Amino acid sequence: QVSAALKEGRVTPTELCQQCLSLIKSTKFLNAYITIAEETALKQAEASEERYKRGQPLGVLDGIPIAVKDNFNTAGIETTCASNMLRGYISPYNATVVQKLLDQGAVLLGKTNLDEFAMGSGSTDGVFGPVRNPWSYSRQYKEKSVPKSHSEDKESNWVITGGSSGGSAAAVSSFTCFAALGSDTGGSTRNPAAHCGVVGLKPTYGLISRHGLIPLVNSMDVPGILTRCVDDAAVVLGSLAGHDPKDSTTIQDNFKPFELPSLTDVSKLSIGIPKEYHAPGLSGEILALWSKAADLFRNAGAKVVEVSLPHTHYSIVCYHVLCTAEVASNMARFDGLEYGHRSDMNESTESMYAATRREGFNDVVRGRILSGNYFLLKQNYEKYFVKAQKVRRLIANDFVKVFRSGVDVLLTPTTLSDAAPYKEFIKEDNRTRSAQNDILTQAANMAGLPAVNVPTALSERGLPVGLQFIGRSFQEQQLLTVAKWFEKQVQFPMIQLEEIKRHDHDVLQHEKSASFS
Amino acid sequence: MAARGCGGAWRRGWQRGRALPGPAPGPLPRGQRAVACNARGGAVPAGKSGLAPWVPVVGLEIHAQISSNSKLFSGSQVQFAAPPNSLVSFFDASLPGTLPVLNRRCVEAAVMTGLALNCSINKKSLFDRKHYFYADLPAGYQITQQRVPIAVNGSLSYSLCIDNKMSQMVTKTVRIKQIQLEQDSGKSLHDDTRSQTLVDLNRAGVGLMEVVMEPDMCCGEEAAAAVRELQLILQTLGSSQAVMAEGQLRVDANVSVHHPGEPYGVRTEVKNINSIRFLAKAVDYEIQRQIEELENGGTILNETRAFDSKLGCTVPMRDKEGKQDYRFMPEPNLPPLILYDAKSLPADMNHQQVINIDWIHERLPDLPNVKREKLVEQYGILPEHSFALLNEDGLAEFYENVVKQTRMKPKRVIGWVLNDLLSYLKQHSLTVKESPVSAVLLADLLNLLEKKEISSTAAKQVLAELWKGEGKTPLEIVKEQKLQLLQDQKELEQICQAVIDRQENE
Repeated sequence: QVSAALKEGRVTPTELCQQCLSLIKSTKFLNAYITIAEETALKQAEASEERYKRGQPLGVLDGIPIAVKDNFNTAGIETTCASNMLRGYISPYNATVVQKLLDQGAVLLGKTNLDEFAMGSGSTDGVFGPVRNPWSYSRQYKEKSVPKSHSEDKESNWVITGGSSGGSAAAVSSFTCFAALGSDTGGSTRNPAAHCGVVGLKPTYGLISRHGLIPLVNSMDVPGILTRCVDDAAVVLGSLAGHDPKDSTTIQDNFKPFELPSLTDVSKLSIGIPKEYHAPGLSGEILALWSKAADLFRNAGAKVVEVSLPHTHYSIVCYHVLCTAEVASNMARFDGLEYGHRSDMNESTESMYAATRREGFNDVVRGRILSGNYFLLKQNYEKYFVKAQKVRRLIANDFVKVFRSGVDVLLTPTTLSDAAPYKEFIKEDNRTRSAQNDILTQAANMAGLPAVNVPTALSERGLPVGLQFIGRSFQEQQLLTVAKWFEKQVQFPMIQLEEIKRHDHDVLQHEKSASFS
Repeated sequence: MAARGCGGAWRRGWQRGRALPGPAPGPLPRGQRAVACNARGGAVPAGKSGLAPWVPVVGLEIHAQISSNSKLFSGSQVQFAAPPNSLVSFFDASLPGTLPVLNRRCVEAAVMTGLALNCSINKKSLFDRKHYFYADLPAGYQITQQRVPIAVNGSLSYSLCIDNKMSQMVTKTVRIKQIQLEQDSGKSLHDDTRSQTLVDLNRAGVGLMEVVMEPDMCCGEEAAAAVRELQLILQTLGSSQAVMAEGQLRVDANVSVHHPGEPYGVRTEVKNINSIRFLAKAVDYEIQRQIEELENGGTILNETRAFDSKLGCTVPMRDKEGKQDYRFMPEPNLPPLILYDAKSLPADMNHQQVINIDWIHERLPDLPNVKREKLVEQYGILPEHSFALLNEDGLAEFYENVVKQTRMKPKRVIGWVLNDLLSYLKQHSLTVKESPVSAVLLADLLNLLEKKEISSTAAKQVLAELWKGEGKTPLEIVKEQKLQLLQDQKELEQICQAVIDRQENE
């Protein structure tokens, strides 16, 4: 709808941009942004305005403010990955996905906060501090939460966004942008999307270029898309997907952007409910919601079947081995020589490397590097890495079998519970939390399948809960069509944030629709 | 010159009691230059009396820089001696977020080389990461092919002269274990005065073919001959310019010794060999060093040694710290490399997108051994001659040009080209291209000789004059120096008579 508004001149790109920038300022306490590219954003907005005046917008995305997770390279703009290692690093080039968005006229507002190098499930472990879930400040949450004592600061009760693309999720959720890029390696786009009540799409591996995305696990990473509605996700997907000669892992086939039909008849659909996703620790609330959703489909005439993905419970261990191995390898380039942080230690090259890496990386990153190197040692390679690859194949085959049996789309929970308060979350270390939280999302990365979180309902505490749909390889159209139907059924409520109310009514009018397409 | 192998026994060129010249200054005594493998291959007995014979075993790892416009995985240019760090793309500098993209030309070069070396080309090969930290390796890993290389199980035939006489050539074969594609590293220059290391990444990421030769060789001469032949093959194919002085061909030798019938001994790796001549020296030195060490009751360490060309010996390399675990891992950003042949090529496949092994095979140029056979057949020269012709860049062409323009028999021409022309060029360190005597000039001269207008001696005199490069033709020189053969009987008689008369008058 915002796009239509831009076209019709009801609002101009610069107005939109300025409103968003000002909203970013008022929601600074969320810590969703690391860098705000105010000057360049305004310039882009102005250029867009020119195009609208001439009646020649580049497309639906022209003039739309967006945010990008800070592990994507953005030319001329600092790219830090929330790490001391890259503090002050100005990218000399744009990631392919960033370039594509800019080519469509999108306005890049800034870079969003994350867990350091995308390692984590809370967006709490970056050097710029944790991201706060905007819902912590929503009327819905405040009404439901009972302060334990009067002296307790309201502020200290805030909940996490989930991670690692927490900044992007918070940005979209708090209306400071209309879409954001995240990345998804084990659930890093879907997890925060669920906790922040937004749509989080993980596309099929190989559909969208990773060139310029600073890698975590090359064989599992994908750029993720965060929006306020499923239609928007489809639009962004349409502008990003397709072969990139700079990324040899993208498929060669031609990609055609699609519009999502508004399904009315789901009777031909077969929804699979994988029983193993009734994971330990799954909250009663979410279990009930999942069940309710299944009933929704059943009552509408779809075929809903229980299926089995027997190797699901091996995925965490398998992921741990493969992820840490690739991390150890990918982080080897950070030696302080060519770019990034360089320690003052200069007794020898080796000591400079060691000091630089100790100073530049946090414990989480260093821990994964050490583990990964262990698994890659000659004497361990077969036992761990190769074994894990074989288990990965088994996990992927589970999905193949299920889809071959006639199931179109799988329905699962996205997270084990609603967002935890920060104070609770940090009681356990990053590794434990990741192991707990990735269980529902990570198998899709192992298998390279597309998956999407759709905000479903509010929990008893007034926080968002989402459900996940997993589709067949490269069948995003089918996946999102089902997601869109579901979205329409559940009518997830809009966040009621004071900060937004205080803002210009005009903008809110446009944003009320919560979408730009 | 074609390599000289020496027949006969393995000699220890030192006398009892005298230590092997090692770090002490001075070149190797003359006798030690010759290392023996006899014509049958494999070293031959004759240690000191009572001692068991030694069998030296030599294998080679050769890195050939691929001749291509751009690097193996990035678009930056490949160029020798460019200003430091001027040919470095984002990927070469390992900037975060960059990805490798395989260069088609490099793959074709490797396929050509594999075919020329009689290898099986793997229709599916894989890329791996080999991890180690070093200033000239920006990513902290090298992309190589450790699990499944592009070509395996080939062979290389090369020839040696035996008996120092250039009169008898023997052909040997060395098995090629594999050829793999990999990235070159950058260069680091150590500035000891300022205790710093300067890093130039121009070379980082340039495509290399690593050719692994099995330990089928037994001495420096064989190693040198094999490398020389490989060099010629690469240059003929154009897959590498293979100039050792420019670092386009680097050779590491693996050397060990053992007694016949016993298992192979511990091997050392010898690096820092900068020419084919030094290769022979380094290998021979190392063999002798190992024999001496073992005969004195010592042991050989599995270590890496550097060849010191000034001292003529190998020394342990300083910065080798223990055994490296390279933590090999598949390269996740590159799918398996799939090659096709005529049979497996799908009908609808875009020709531009794939590599067809058979197509490349059909277009291979004549390899050196084929060229030599043709020369022998066409011109009736000896195999040794054809060797010598191909051994010098441009010489075969020169020879053929002379033959075309003279009526002298090719069998006679060869002597003039190999003995007179070539030795002159060698004396003055000139290449054939730089020769002041062109093929035309030589042909003219030989025509005069053929027509018996001058004598053989006179021809040599003319040639000496031609070297001056003053632009005179042979005929002009002959006239100037009055070198024409006198055919007129009467005139001859007159001259002789005059000489006799003069004699009588003294």
